[in-house]
Order: sequence, then C-alpha cells, then structure tokens
Amino acid sequence: MTVKSRLTTTVLALVLTMLSALLDPGHAASGEMAPPAVLANTCFACHGPDGQAKGEIPVLAGKDGAFIQSALKGFRDGSRPATIMNRIAKGYSEAEIAALAEYFEQRKK
Amino acid sequence: MIISRRRFGHMVGAGSLAVLAGIPAVNIAHGAAAKVVVVGGGFGGATAARYLKRFDNSLDVTLVEPDHKFITCPFSNSVIGGLHDMAYITKGYDGLRAAGVKVIHDRATMVDAGTVTLLSGAQFPYDRAVVSPGVDFKWTAVEGYSEAAAEKIPHAWQAGRQTVLLRKQLQAMPDGGIFLMSAPPNPFRCPPGTGERISLVAHYFKTHKPKSKIIVLDPKDNFSKEDLFRQAWARRYKGMIDYHKVEDDGRVIRVDAEANTFFTDFGAYKGDVANFIPAQKAGAIAVASGLTDETAWCPIDPLTFESPRQKNVHVIGDAAIANPMPKSGFSANTQAKIVAAAVVELLQGRQPGAPKLINTCYSLVAPDYGISIAAVYGYEKGNLVSIHDAGGLTPMDADAKHLEREAAFTESWYRSISADIWG
Repeated sequence: MTVKSRLTTTVLALVLTMLSALLDPGHAASGEMAPPAVLANTCFACHGPDGQAKGEIPVLAGKDGAFIQSALKGFRDGSRPATIMNRIAKGYSEAEIAALAEYFEQRKK
Repeated sequence: MIISRRRFGHMVGAGSLAVLAGIPAVNIAHGAAAKVVVVGGGFGGATAARYLKRFDNSLDVTLVEPDHKFITCPFSNSVIGGLHDMAYITKGYDGLRAAGVKVIHDRATMVDAGTVTLLSGAQFPYDRAVVSPGVDFKWTAVEGYSEAAAEKIPHAWQAGRQTVLLRKQLQAMPDGGIFLMSAPPNPFRCPPGTGERISLVAHYFKTHKPKSKIIVLDPKDNFSKEDLFRQAWARRYKGMIDYHKVEDDGRVIRVDAEANTFFTDFGAYKGDVANFIPAQKAGAIAVASGLTDETAWCPIDPLTFESPRQKNVHVIGDAAIANPMPKSGFSANTQAKIVAAAVVELLQGRQPGAPKLINTCYSLVAPDYGISIAAVYGYEKGNLVSIHDAGGLTPMDADAKHLEREAAFTESWYRSISADIWG
C-alpha cells in the first residue's frame, strides 16, 4: 500500500460518506431518525436476519422497494389486509418506511 | 478528520453504521481494539454480541455464558405440550464464534470498574459491558417453595432440566388427573407465557388424556391477553380449565411439596402434577454488581440502556426496567440491537440517534391457533414510550384462517429470531 493509494482511499471514503448522507431520504427528512440499518434490524426478529425469514413470514431481502413501501403504507392506513403488520406499520413515519424499503431492497435475495 | 485504513474497511462494509447513518466516521484511537464484554448468552446477550461485531468488526467482543448449549424459554411451552422436542429449543454458540465473538463458558461473578470477573478467577477488562442476565427467583417469597422443592414441583420458567421434568410428570400422569399451576405476581418474564402454558397443557390433555383438568391459582386480578385466552379456552378446552384470580382465592401463601398441595388464604388445592412459578428479580450478577435498585430490577437510561448505577455498563433484557416494554425474548433481542449500535457510537465519541423498538409476543393456544400482542416503541422527551395507535392485540373477531395464520407466524418467528441470534 503506497502513500498515494492511501490518500486516494481516504478521499474516496469521504466522498462516499457525503454522498450517502445526501442520498439517504431518512437523513434528509429527519435528523433524529436512527440509521436505516438500526431501524431495519428490529424487523429481523420476525423477518429473519437481513430479511431472510424462515417459514411463513414473508422474506423481505431483495424485494422491490416500491412494493415494500406501498405494502407498509397499505398496512398503515388499513387498505391492505393484514394479520400483524397493520398493528406494526402504524408505528412508522413516511421517511422511516422509505428508508426500510430501500434497505431491504438492497439486501441479497 | 482522520479516517484510517482500518476504519475505511468498516465504513464500506455492509453493516457499517457510519455510512448508513450518513455520518462520517471519526477514528479516535489507533492501536488496540475497543473491548466489549457481554454477560449472558440468551436472547439479549447473544444478540448484543453478534450485532456489536456486525456494526464494528474491529471490536474485541467477548461473550460470557455458563452453559455450552442455551435452551430457550420461548417455545419451551410447546415442548411441555408435546409439539416439539428439546433439541428444537437447544441452541449452540458456533454461529457466534464464526461471527468473530469470543465465547467463554464460565459464570460472571462481578462486573465492576472496567473488569468482568469470572467464577474461575479469570478477569476481562472492558471499555463497555453489556449485562443480560435474565431473571432469578425470589425463593423465600412463599413458604415451602425452594430450589429443593423445585426438583419435585418444577417452575419450568427457566428452560432446560425443569422443562423436561414438567413434561415427564405430565406424561406419567394418568388420564383424569389434575394439573395445578400457580402463576407469578408482576413483573415477570414473558407475561403471556402462563396463558400459553395452560393452553398447551390443555391441548396435550385433550389429545391424550381428555378426562384431565387444570386448576390455575393467580395472585393478580388480570393476565396478559386474558380475553383472547378465555375465548380460545371456551372454544377449544371447554370445562377443562378452572382459573382463580386474586379475588377468587388465587393467592398461594404456602406450598407443601411432598403433598403436591398449594395453600391459599382460604383453601388448599392438590394436583397430580403441580407447577409453581415464583416471583422474580434480576439475575444474580446484576445484584452482585450493584446494578439493581430497591425493586430488585435494573434501572437504565432509556436511549442507551446504560446503567445510572455503573458507568459504561448497559443492562438489557428481562433484568432491565424498560417499561412499557414487557420482559420478553423479543424485547431483549430488539434492545440488544439498539444497544449494540449505541455502544459503537459511544465508543466513537458520538451520541446515538433515537431508534424504534418493537415487541410482538406470539402465543400458541393450539397448533393451529395463534394469538399475539404487538407494540412499537419510540422516544418522547427522552422517555421510552409505546407509540399511540400502533400495536395491539389479535382482534376478538378474528376468523379461523387468521388464527391459523398467526400460529404459522408464531412458528416462523421462532425460527427467524433463532437464526438472527444463534445463526
């Protein structure tokens, strides 16, 4: 590892973090919101590690983000039939729902 | 700002909090990795250890747990009722070792001033400690019940040998016998667990010993998911369950273990199989380390779960006073993750953000009949609060298909959370 490549790596790291801050909708919407990874890992208790559920509970890993968003919003306003998620989704804001959808879409199937 | 090579490696990793939070990581110290010692390898501790490594793989994480295999309290009622075997609820630590956690099988005897001391005499220094000791019993609360008496009349409220003992007693009981249970006072581990145990014993009786009866003595004036359980019992186990709450002489004041008899204020109840669930308190290590207050439970800062009684020590799970969250495996799992995130932030000299927490307690009434209570928690003025409008119970008018689906979700939840914790 040369000094030059070390510097390049550091600059790249800075650019990446700044970009991610700009692109993160939750971050833009609310300074107080926990990072998407922290929000999402609470879901793992039922939906499995990284959204890889075991058994009947739906797998979230790699699901289309727009679908997850519309499902959560449907659960929240009661327009989508549910067993448990209608009770859970009411606890999440628009920004949190968007962040969760993006997070699970990015997980490997 | 300095970002080291080492830190950059973590920042681009999938689990990196810093990148996902959009906050540039600041490396505060080159040299030795920060040390976190986790005490207790159950739902809280094992989750905390795994997620500490996930959030910052450079951390030196040690998990101290006496048992080589962990037997879960969740689903132990399904073993007692004959739906699953012990192997199904037995978890190992190889998955955590593979995730980079150092697992030490010993008993922690003291957490104090930056050092965890073990029964063997070994000492582990920490920058931060996470204590997740679960519950112990108040053995002297009711005359006649003791650790020795529990060998004859199991509590089966810590899973393992006690679970097997109660299962064997039920199997040996003749048809037409009586299962006698004494429920604990609040607060206790797994509030809907008593209703579930009654249900799954009733299921076993209905399918194997249909002339048998269940008598429950409860020192409280209500119990978790009461309306849902009563509705289910009327549908599935009509005439089998005789439930005495406090106003109906439900408080047990003395146990005669030899005679399998519980004495109440006004009467005596004898069972062919008896199950006494004692009053509870935080696990012994929490008491020894001065983490408990006058309630015998551990106060915490709601955002970081750090103890106000000991700096750099976080308490999670059943031992913590985390109201309005119930004492459950699900709560411990969700608390462990936010504490793991908070510890990583605090070690970096940052303040953790306000997360959301969830609890869902599923209960099986029968293999095809599940009910649940759920809540979502957030923060208001620094306090942990249950979010208004969110959460709630299975509806009383849920149809058979809904209840069957909840039963399938109950089984699915257990498999998912087990994989999440132990791999």
